[in-house]
Amino acid sequence: MNIPLSIAAVGRDTADSVRLTPAPPPGRLIDSPRFPVQARVELGNAVQRKNLHQAMTTIRAKRAVVTAELDNWEQLRLAGEAIKNRTLRHLDHYLVQLEESLTAAGTTVHWARDAEEANRIIVGLVEESLGERREVVKVKSMATQEIDMNEALEEAGIAAWETDLAELIVQLGHDRPSHILVPAIHRNRSEVREIFNEEMGRYGRPAPEGLDTEPANLAGAARLHLREKFLRAKVAISGANFAIAESGTLVVVESEGNGRMCLTLAETLISVVGIEKVIPTLEDLEVFLQLLPRSSTGERMNPYTSLWTGPSSGDGPTTTHVVLIDNGRTKVLADPVGRDALRCIRCSACINVCPVYEKVGGHAYGSVYPGPIGAVLTPMLRGVTSPVDASLPFASTLCGACFDVCPVRIPLPDLLVHMRHKVVEAKAEAASGGRGLLHPHLEPVLMRATGTMFARPSLWAAAVAGGTLGGRILKGHVAHFGPLPWPLASWTGARDVPIPPTESYRAWYARTHHEDGSLK
Amino acid sequence: MTTTPTAQGRPGLDAPGAGKTVALFSTCANDVMFPQAPIAMTRLLERLGCRVVFPTKQTCCGQPLVNTGYFDQSVPIVRNFAKTFGGYDYVVAPSGSCVGAVRHQHQLLADHALDPGLRRDVDAVVAATFDISEFLIDVLGVTDVGAYFPHTVTYHPTCHSLRVAHVGDRPMRLLQAVRGITIRDLPDADRCCGFGGTFALKNADISVAMASDKARNVASTGAEYLVAGDNLCLLNISGVLNRQQSGIRPIHLVEVLAATEATS
Repeated sequence: MNIPLSIAAVGRDTADSVRLTPAPPPGRLIDSPRFPVQARVELGNAVQRKNLHQAMTTIRAKRAVVTAELDNWEQLRLAGEAIKNRTLRHLDHYLVQLEESLTAAGTTVHWARDAEEANRIIVGLVEESLGERREVVKVKSMATQEIDMNEALEEAGIAAWETDLAELIVQLGHDRPSHILVPAIHRNRSEVREIFNEEMGRYGRPAPEGLDTEPANLAGAARLHLREKFLRAKVAISGANFAIAESGTLVVVESEGNGRMCLTLAETLISVVGIEKVIPTLEDLEVFLQLLPRSSTGERMNPYTSLWTGPSSGDGPTTTHVVLIDNGRTKVLADPVGRDALRCIRCSACINVCPVYEKVGGHAYGSVYPGPIGAVLTPMLRGVTSPVDASLPFASTLCGACFDVCPVRIPLPDLLVHMRHKVVEAKAEAASGGRGLLHPHLEPVLMRATGTMFARPSLWAAAVAGGTLGGRILKGHVAHFGPLPWPLASWTGARDVPIPPTESYRAWYARTHHEDGSLK
Repeated sequence: MTTTPTAQGRPGLDAPGAGKTVALFSTCANDVMFPQAPIAMTRLLERLGCRVVFPTKQTCCGQPLVNTGYFDQSVPIVRNFAKTFGGYDYVVAPSGSCVGAVRHQHQLLADHALDPGLRRDVDAVVAATFDISEFLIDVLGVTDVGAYFPHTVTYHPTCHSLRVAHVGDRPMRLLQAVRGITIRDLPDADRCCGFGGTFALKNADISVAMASDKARNVASTGAEYLVAGDNLCLLNISGVLNRQQSGIRPIHLVEVLAATEATS
């Protein structure tokens, strides 16, 4: 399907001439509209819905095949859960051990409390290591997305080039990622061609003449565009999928090989790693290297797995840094229920199986982490005070499909409910403090009234009797309600409702049975 | 104990449910909106020889409040449930979702209330609580309940039946033993219908989009009836089916199982 040229226009109107890299959409993610508001916008994007449905259906089917073929899949999940739980329980110990091992291997370790401190450290390290060009190449990394590092570097006059194919599409498209594994999943190949044709030439080697929409040719265009950046790069920035405490080894798992280029060609390598990425031993990796690719891309093994332990003479970067970031993680760890979310290995299986995500895509979540894990982790990391964060735990039907596929058995439905409770508590606290509510007072009042009714059997019995009164009045006039005004419009806009029955079950039972269960 | 005697067709002492008293948990939604399901369940269980009692102090499992985040307000509901159903050998409901909530949430709420006494009461009641499909197969040991339903149906395994109550393939085994029935496979059967309690109101647009997918899959089977073990999921899907004038009728699993030659 052909898409109008306007797709890449967002964000390019303001002073783009002085920017080094394509400008993302303006504004901060935390200021995004509430989930239902943005979701309504996204639902209207028919192309995105079709792309998402096709892609998610395919990846779900692949995952199902490669997890079903292992007899010990459930044991692997339990092992993954246990290793992560043990590590998080003793995180203080393993982080100190990791720092010692990294240092012994020749890597310099930096600690960052939050995004601002992390970015300050990274900008400082990059400034020390730059060559003639003020630029870095990047391995795909959620940690750097989370701290919005590219924009911090841009403000310091340093260009950060994404080298993962999908991240490149997102960056050149002046866009934001919509998925943690396949961030350009909301784009189809026609859109990708438009973006490449329009934007590549502004930031390096242009797309070849006559580029078509064949995936291999689009990848070829990206390969040529990126190659010159790889070959001249002095500094590379990566994340890490795992950080091994006993040896100080970092691990990057990827599909395309662009990560391997960054990790080996640059002189200085800076790795930005969330503190929950530590695992105790190399042996533990055996479990995660089975869990991650099968859950993530639905492959038995991913094409490129890079492990490095500090710099090696004559081989790869000569200087290696690790920036360990907290950015809210210790706050999550302090919550005995919520800490289960820190087991996440960013595989995206929960996102791929989520029927809500499939309808609206990642941009509705106002976070770099969409889907079920985003709906719990984002408000855990950022708190529940912004409108979007307070709405995220409700962005689920609690269908439970996410828990079934999670390779480290994060009880996502329970955590969603846990975070809903946090939102309710925060609203109550805001109300009692006279600071006003995020929403009108209606819901707490209704819920308190419902709670009272269900706690007092006589009140409920009266309500049941009242409920069937409507049915007795309406009987014979209509069989179903069609569209009704507010507040019933949200249900009846597209769904009929049958009229209430004329007799409740309890009335029928009392009419036909004695209290002891014998028939009258 | 003997079963109720005499009237023609009444089960005898060898009936699978003979000597068993079931406390029927109608669930709040079925009590007031869909009484035909607990009525069918009563008739089915009595046909199988059970004595069915209805503890009138029952209200709700508390799930609507818990899942909206109102934990403190849910604790008295859990307390009422444990008090009302405490002491019965079998508490049986026509809802995988409500049974799942009792099983999965009541202990958590007792712990939330920091009340070890309540936790002990809840533990006992939870162990005695069953979805109707579990009670028939696991307790009564029957798969063929003697039902006759000469219609084409498709079955939607509701999310909470499947993933919270874990009823597994029991409903399908019960349906397959029904005489006269034709069962059509539902495409993407285990995908959520979009109901999700307050989700259907808070995120109505997404809910409708999901329900429309489900309705389309249901319609593609050519079934006359859509069968499920949870009436609120049926309300959601049939709301779309009815608006589209598809002619496909929703029916609870237990209504199919209660049907016989005499009722058809």
